[in-house]
Amino acid sequence: MGVKDTTAVPVINKKASINRQTIAPKIASGHGLDVDDHKVTVGQSFSQNAKMTMRNVNVFYGDKQAIYDVNIDIAKNEVMAMIGPSGCGKSTFLRTLNRMNDTVEGCRVEGDILMDGENLYAPKLDVVELRARVGMVFQKPNPFPKSIYDNVAYGPKIHGLADTRVDLDEIVESSLRKASLWEEVKERLHQPGTGLSGGQQQRLCIARAIAVSPEIILMDEPCSALDPIATAKIEELIEELSQNFTIAIVTHSMQQAARVSHRTAYFHLGKLIEVNPTEQVFTMPEHPLTEAYITGRFG
Amino acid sequence: MSKQTENLVKIQHSLKRRNRSEARFRWYGRLAVFIGLAAVATLFFDIIGKGHGAFKATYIKLEVHYDQALIDIDNLTDTEQMIAGNWQALPKVALREKFPNVSGRSDKRRLNNLLSSGAGFDLKDRLVANPHLLGRKESIWILADDDIDTYFKSWLAGDAYAARLSSKQVQWIEGLHQQGLIELQFNINLFTRGDSREPEQAGIRGAVMGSLLTLVLTLMLSFPIGVAAAIYLEEFAPKNKWTDFIEVNINNLAAVPSIIFGLLGLAIFINFFHVPRSVPIVGGLVLTLMTLPTIIITSRAAIKSVPPSIREAALGMGASKVQMVLHHVLPLALPGMLTGAIIGMAQALGETAPLLMIGMVAFIVDIPGSFTDPATVLPVQIFLWADSPERAFIEKTSAAIMVLLTFLIIMNTSAVWLRKRLERRW
Repeated sequence: MGVKDTTAVPVINKKASINRQTIAPKIASGHGLDVDDHKVTVGQSFSQNAKMTMRNVNVFYGDKQAIYDVNIDIAKNEVMAMIGPSGCGKSTFLRTLNRMNDTVEGCRVEGDILMDGENLYAPKLDVVELRARVGMVFQKPNPFPKSIYDNVAYGPKIHGLADTRVDLDEIVESSLRKASLWEEVKERLHQPGTGLSGGQQQRLCIARAIAVSPEIILMDEPCSALDPIATAKIEELIEELSQNFTIAIVTHSMQQAARVSHRTAYFHLGKLIEVNPTEQVFTMPEHPLTEAYITGRFG
Repeated sequence: MSKQTENLVKIQHSLKRRNRSEARFRWYGRLAVFIGLAAVATLFFDIIGKGHGAFKATYIKLEVHYDQALIDIDNLTDTEQMIAGNWQALPKVALREKFPNVSGRSDKRRLNNLLSSGAGFDLKDRLVANPHLLGRKESIWILADDDIDTYFKSWLAGDAYAARLSSKQVQWIEGLHQQGLIELQFNINLFTRGDSREPEQAGIRGAVMGSLLTLVLTLMLSFPIGVAAAIYLEEFAPKNKWTDFIEVNINNLAAVPSIIFGLLGLAIFINFFHVPRSVPIVGGLVLTLMTLPTIIITSRAAIKSVPPSIREAALGMGASKVQMVLHHVLPLALPGMLTGAIIGMAQALGETAPLLMIGMVAFIVDIPGSFTDPATVLPVQIFLWADSPERAFIEKTSAAIMVLLTFLIIMNTSAVWLRKRLERRW
């Protein structure tokens, strides 16, 4: 496969090769926004310190194309936020990173997705290993209908990470601590995980994901089912986790993206429009579509 | 009148109509439920009314002398002697002693007919169990003949049915009754014996054992195969024309009349594979064929009802597909699968037609002890008894139906209980 040498790719700051004047009136009139007006992603989509590298990625569901020609790097220990209107392909994009799309009938991925230079879609790659290295937290908290302990211990158990019961206990405790859930559940580790509140359940899912020490954690709108207080806790947690993990988070809340992420990627109708440092995206968006979205003109 | 008040009048008018139609609908529902319950109640009243008598049997108390010379034996352990022994003489002599005035061939025969034709062998069994009785006398309750039983029960109920008895027999029974030497006792034979041509000696033990053996085999075969097929079709098989074709055909199989499965079993298992006839193995195989579609369909529904988020969570953790199924999907789907299996088993328990085709309709006296012994099953036993001419089989038939219904109710209740018990909420 034509694997590109990703380390050689310089940090580019591509200027938008588009004419603001031609798009601005269309936005102002509220219709006729056309993604085809731009050909390349604007902003800083590449990194020299890339953990994940995606080149010319196209995703299809049957005949329908969901993602068009995405090029992006996710750097080590970075929190990358994916924003965009509903149906723009950000969740699809996220799910290509641990091949959860494999479970969808008729889903096809083209292009190169590399983790540390290794092609995720290479035929000899084992998805079980990949998913141990790329953890995932889902939109709706989905703890197993088992005890809190068993939820967290599940990953280490199936991957054989703990040799003794003591090791396992340690992994469970440290994972729950990292997910700042330990203090709340240490007295009831053997009660069902489904008995926790929504926010606690989501932190349990995060603890479950980090129990196998993945390199990357994918979060698919992890707070969309939670109240503001639980959301704040998860956001705090994401910040802490970013010290040890690379995090890619899809969110519907622009405030959340602004609060937790280092870089933000804006998707529109399956195309990656802009990637820039979060601060810049929310203060000085480079692309008129991004601007239109974050100022609430559509979404 | 403003638009609003105009609308309000219309709404109030239509409201009356709607309320009326709702009330009417409720009454239709109640009526439907009532008809259903009434049908079930009628069925139960009828069956219990006819069958309760079979749980009691008429016994006559006699003084029996285990006379060595009369039986013509001297050693209870000598098989040949035991077989050749004149056991039938024991109750006859005892009766004659009770009624010394009876003379004449036909009267003596009528007297002997008071007791069950198996009475002598019952005494033999008693003697074998209690060897010290040899040569002694004992006062013992002896099973009466089925005609006596029918008469005595109807006579006690105030509606004597004496059509098959002579007037002398009626007198003797009245005499015995005055002395307290004839009475109804719990009919243990019903539960401990196999089938018999003599109604008073016939029991359902053989049929119950046959049903049990057949069902055990059916469950052992159909549950694993059905669950495995369901898991494969739901979780692993690609969705294409082939799996659609298979799905349609499984649904078709579930609707195939059961007698067709019997013919299939006859053609394949007996004629081709030469499995012996009338045995629980072949019954179990045929009922497996019949139950499989039910189990596959209910198991698939149970697997489908497991939320996809659980599968995603497991796969997202790096569980392989088999681990996902075994650790998460199967435990959650198991209550539904078990319910389906029990309902399938209940259906198999009540099945008669396919078993007629494979020879399980035979008259079998011995109680089957293994999968290869000739056997019959409860519903077939009911069919056989219902077909028998003796009047005493009427209540036997109803009693067997009661036993069958009891098993069915137990199975269905346990299905509900299991589902409640194992059901997890998520």
